[in-house]
Amino acid sequence: MPDELLQYVVPKVGGKIYRGVREIRGSLLILDGVEEAAYDEVALIFGKDGRERVGRVLDTSIGTAIVQVLGDREGLETDTLVKLTGTTFKIRLSEDVLGRVFNGRFEPVDGLPPVLSGEMREITGAPINPVMREYPHDFVQTGISVIDGLFSLVRGQKLPIFSVSGLPHNMVAAQVARQATVRGEGEQFAVVFAGIGLRKTEAEFFLEQFRETGAIERMTAVINLADDPAVERLMTPRIALTVAEYLAFDLGMHVLVIMTDMTNYCEALREVSSARGEIPGRLGYPGYLYSDLATIYERAGVIKGRKGSITLFPILTMPGGDLRHPIPDLTGYITEGQIFLSQELYSQGIYPPVNILPSLSRLMKAGIGPGKTREDHRYLADQLYDAYSRGVKARDLARVIGEIGLSERMRRYLRFAEEFESKFVNQGFYENRSIEETLDRGWEVLSILPEEELVRIPRRIIEKYHPKYRS
Amino acid sequence: MGERKGFIVRISGPVVFAKGVEDIKLGEVVYVGEEGLLGEVVRVSRDYFAIQVYEDTSGLRPKEPVTATGKLLVAELGPGLLGRVFDGVQRPLEDIAALVGPFVRRGVKVPSLPRNKRWHFKPTVSRGEKLGPGDVIGVVQETPLIEHRVMVPPNLSGTVKEVAPEGDYTVEEPVVVLESNGTEIPLCMKQEWPVRQPRPYRERLPSDVPLLVGQRVLDTFFPVAKGGAGAIPGGFGTGKTVTLHKISMYSLSQIVVYIGCGERGNEIAEMLKEFPALKDPKTGRPIIERSIVIANTSNMPVSAREASIYMGITIAEYYRDQGYDVTLIADSTSRWAEAVREIAGRLGELPVERGYPAYLPDKIAEFYERGGRVKALGRPEREGSVTVLGAVSPPGGDFNEPVTIHTLRFVGTMWALDTDLAYRRHFPAVNWLRSFSQYADIVERWWVRNVAPDFPQYRRKALRLLTVASEIEAIASVVGESALPDDQRLILLASEIIKEGFLRQTALEGEDVFCKPEKQYWLLKMMIDFYDKAYELIKKRVSVEEIMRLPEIYEMMQVKEDERGLEAVKELYGRVMARLEEIAKRHGVTLESKAGVIAGA
Ligand SMILES: Nc1ncnc2c1ncn2[C@@H]1O[C@H](COP(=O)(O)OP(=O)(O)OP(=O)(O)O)[C@@H](O)[C@H]1O
Ligand SMILES: [Mg+2]
Repeated sequence: MPDELLQYVVPKVGGKIYRGVREIRGSLLILDGVEEAAYDEVALIFGKDGRERVGRVLDTSIGTAIVQVLGDREGLETDTLVKLTGTTFKIRLSEDVLGRVFNGRFEPVDGLPPVLSGEMREITGAPINPVMREYPHDFVQTGISVIDGLFSLVRGQKLPIFSVSGLPHNMVAAQVARQATVRGEGEQFAVVFAGIGLRKTEAEFFLEQFRETGAIERMTAVINLADDPAVERLMTPRIALTVAEYLAFDLGMHVLVIMTDMTNYCEALREVSSARGEIPGRLGYPGYLYSDLATIYERAGVIKGRKGSITLFPILTMPGGDLRHPIPDLTGYITEGQIFLSQELYSQGIYPPVNILPSLSRLMKAGIGPGKTREDHRYLADQLYDAYSRGVKARDLARVIGEIGLSERMRRYLRFAEEFESKFVNQGFYENRSIEETLDRGWEVLSILPEEELVRIPRRIIEKYHPKYRS
Repeated sequence: MGERKGFIVRISGPVVFAKGVEDIKLGEVVYVGEEGLLGEVVRVSRDYFAIQVYEDTSGLRPKEPVTATGKLLVAELGPGLLGRVFDGVQRPLEDIAALVGPFVRRGVKVPSLPRNKRWHFKPTVSRGEKLGPGDVIGVVQETPLIEHRVMVPPNLSGTVKEVAPEGDYTVEEPVVVLESNGTEIPLCMKQEWPVRQPRPYRERLPSDVPLLVGQRVLDTFFPVAKGGAGAIPGGFGTGKTVTLHKISMYSLSQIVVYIGCGERGNEIAEMLKEFPALKDPKTGRPIIERSIVIANTSNMPVSAREASIYMGITIAEYYRDQGYDVTLIADSTSRWAEAVREIAGRLGELPVERGYPAYLPDKIAEFYERGGRVKALGRPEREGSVTVLGAVSPPGGDFNEPVTIHTLRFVGTMWALDTDLAYRRHFPAVNWLRSFSQYADIVERWWVRNVAPDFPQYRRKALRLLTVASEIEAIASVVGESALPDDQRLILLASEIIKEGFLRQTALEGEDVFCKPEKQYWLLKMMIDFYDKAYELIKKRVSVEEIMRLPEIYEMMQVKEDERGLEAVKELYGRVMARLEEIAKRHGVTLESKAGVIAGA
């Protein structure tokens, strides 16, 4: 077993073997008498129980190194052999990663042999040089009206779903993965799936979805299950993104990366940080949570002169449903918009239950319009959003003073909001709507309102697309 | 002096501890490890020194060498800064891309200013002249927009012994030789300045001229003065970056230094796409020719993010000293403060508030204090300014946190962005009740002199109207609007007009991206005069419903986007007034031009 592991986790095993650990603190081993461990170096740990684990050097000084154990740490004793490998954590990449399933240490869990040929890549990645970024501008059709119509996704964007447990965020992500296409190109996305701290049923749900559509052939999954070691959650998204970078920027594919649940990642980071005795920030999360998350999310993008792209669609559940919790808060500060799911809509049977008002796609403006989607898209989206927010306001007021207390105009907006939710937002899990269909539906619900109310749409557009002028 | 070399004893993320250089100085630049990673000494003690390393430290090992340079962390100043993009320690990112491809790799060494490029230098001094610090020795047309004034560095003086003839030189070739106490000092177009020290100037001047940015809510209600300091706090997605981008594009600044510290790569890409395409209205030249971008995005090394602020402001001061009005933008200072916090934590410093070290307020103060309008050192006499604008990203959008609190102590203007307004897509989402400007009273004089003598009255009245309207709205949300008395409904109507027609400015394209002061004035005048006349009508028993039916109300909300600009506003103004007169006539009342009262709720 060790030999096999060494082969694919570590390219060349060098360095010395140390015997004995001064202290084991959570997932951290403190080694004495170590000459010169490199910062971030991979260590192999051979326990007395005969099992062997992988670790990383988190802090190193002459004489002492702190090693973080990945994998199961139960059963470790101070009498343990530790081998420093002389290299940082790298994975081997070739086209063979497609169609495969790995765990959070990049060991195959699909019963097939490990990836044996190809290049070694550091999983931390290197920052994309900002001057080499191409500003994202290709519209991705997800086939989901509320996303395509109001919060359009573009290639190279990072657009998370903010949810709470119990809502169908996994279904939304699976539907996006299944349906996403860039129009006029016929080429499809490769999908990289990072499951972080997932329950088995959730992981199975995704794999089943991919199998069902044959997408499994052009997909790589890196899955860390809920009962896998928490510290491996720190590696899982990085391994997934390293695979994605290879597929995108070496092989020229358009890669959609789905990561769920990023909240589990943050919990793991907190655990490790507190084991190291670092000064905690808000709610015990480390002060560098923002920068750490940024090193993950900023790996999305399009690079000048390269063919591929990485589009990131992460999912996170907001602890306590609280938007101000550090995890959604810091994520929102990094990503290019967010799609909120709402308990209220879901309990009314609306799927996907997207909470319109706080949702936003910041890169939408560059991806839509004539030649990309349709000339009316921007105006229609603005008007729908505006009308819906009035409708919601009317609904709130009606709760206080009753519907009869509303003015005629307000009542009309109230009706609009209802129609909008049931005809535009609501759709089937297997329903794939083209952008034209989405926009036409938008016009249809909008036609409830008198034409004078459509102040966000230029006259000429109304005359061209409003159902009244079209039939 | 022999090589001053030590070795690493410990590595903790971006902070490396080393020993073996006896005379190491605080702030000294060192090269760390076999690859020679750039670092700066941030703590010196008897047995070790600590280094903040500006590049990724993974793979470094104890005992690797550390080489001291004897130099402080400096900015390289000279022609070749404009139009370029640097990281937080002034490495030119285009050059790095040319060398190592699309990903930033560590250990790459490239000079900040191009060494082989020749600039056409025209001397402005002659032999035998006595020169002091800051004197201009010659000029270079750095870009078609900006003449670069080459100056004697702030710490040198002497008599001109030699002057190079007009011609093309690199930044390293001497163009003037000074003689001072028998020693010759060659001056070239490049000079250096330690980034953590403010550049000296002769005297501070008052900041009394507004920096016009073309956004109505900012210029009219919460102006910032040239040489002033402003902060723009707001939760995520409230519009900090869009507002600052627009200011960097449209504001009437001569030079813009934009520091993207700890923010998104795609936002830098967007600027780099737009800046070369957008023309300066006066000269027709692309605005990239007056801009310098420092991009240390959120995924680039945290310690270089800490340095980026100082790098940017030093460059800004350098152009100020040449006699330019510079706008320095930092997005986001909160990410910079977090970098300060992270390094302090690694050094084991005592945290005081939310993990921030006790010196955070001093650091924030020092940064904003480096702004200002000054008379520069040297001849010919020059006045320049640095206006500092910083985004603040408070956790959870809650302003009650250390970075926001301390920032507000040191700035004169706050543009408070509001999540509710942003959700309603009311942009710029500047909360008109929470924002403030201490420059308003001073720059009002500029408006009085250059735009209209009665501007201050209109401004105050509009603010009052908005304040009262927010109180009435609170009541309306409980009882419904139709239950309110007519005069209160009129206040709501007028505030709607001001919000939609004046405050709201989408600013993405078209006529409304930059609103000229005259137009701002006329829009506001139209709305307030409308209110005053309508108020009189209501007091004379005309119903508010009748006024609400006027089609001009909708026009007042839209006219800001009319391509005919000011002319369209004046034309509408005439029609609105005529309409109200018509109503008056119909009801047999006469309108005196009295100001309407804004009664509180
Ligand atoms: N003046 C404006 N006009 C039109 N839309 C705007 C304006 N300001 C902001 N927006 C909208 O809000 C979105 C978010 O704005 P922006 O990126 O400036 O937020 P931010 O405050 O910088 O957020 P973060 O802290 O996450 O960086 C933009 O993508 C755009 O859709
Ligand atoms: Mg921003």
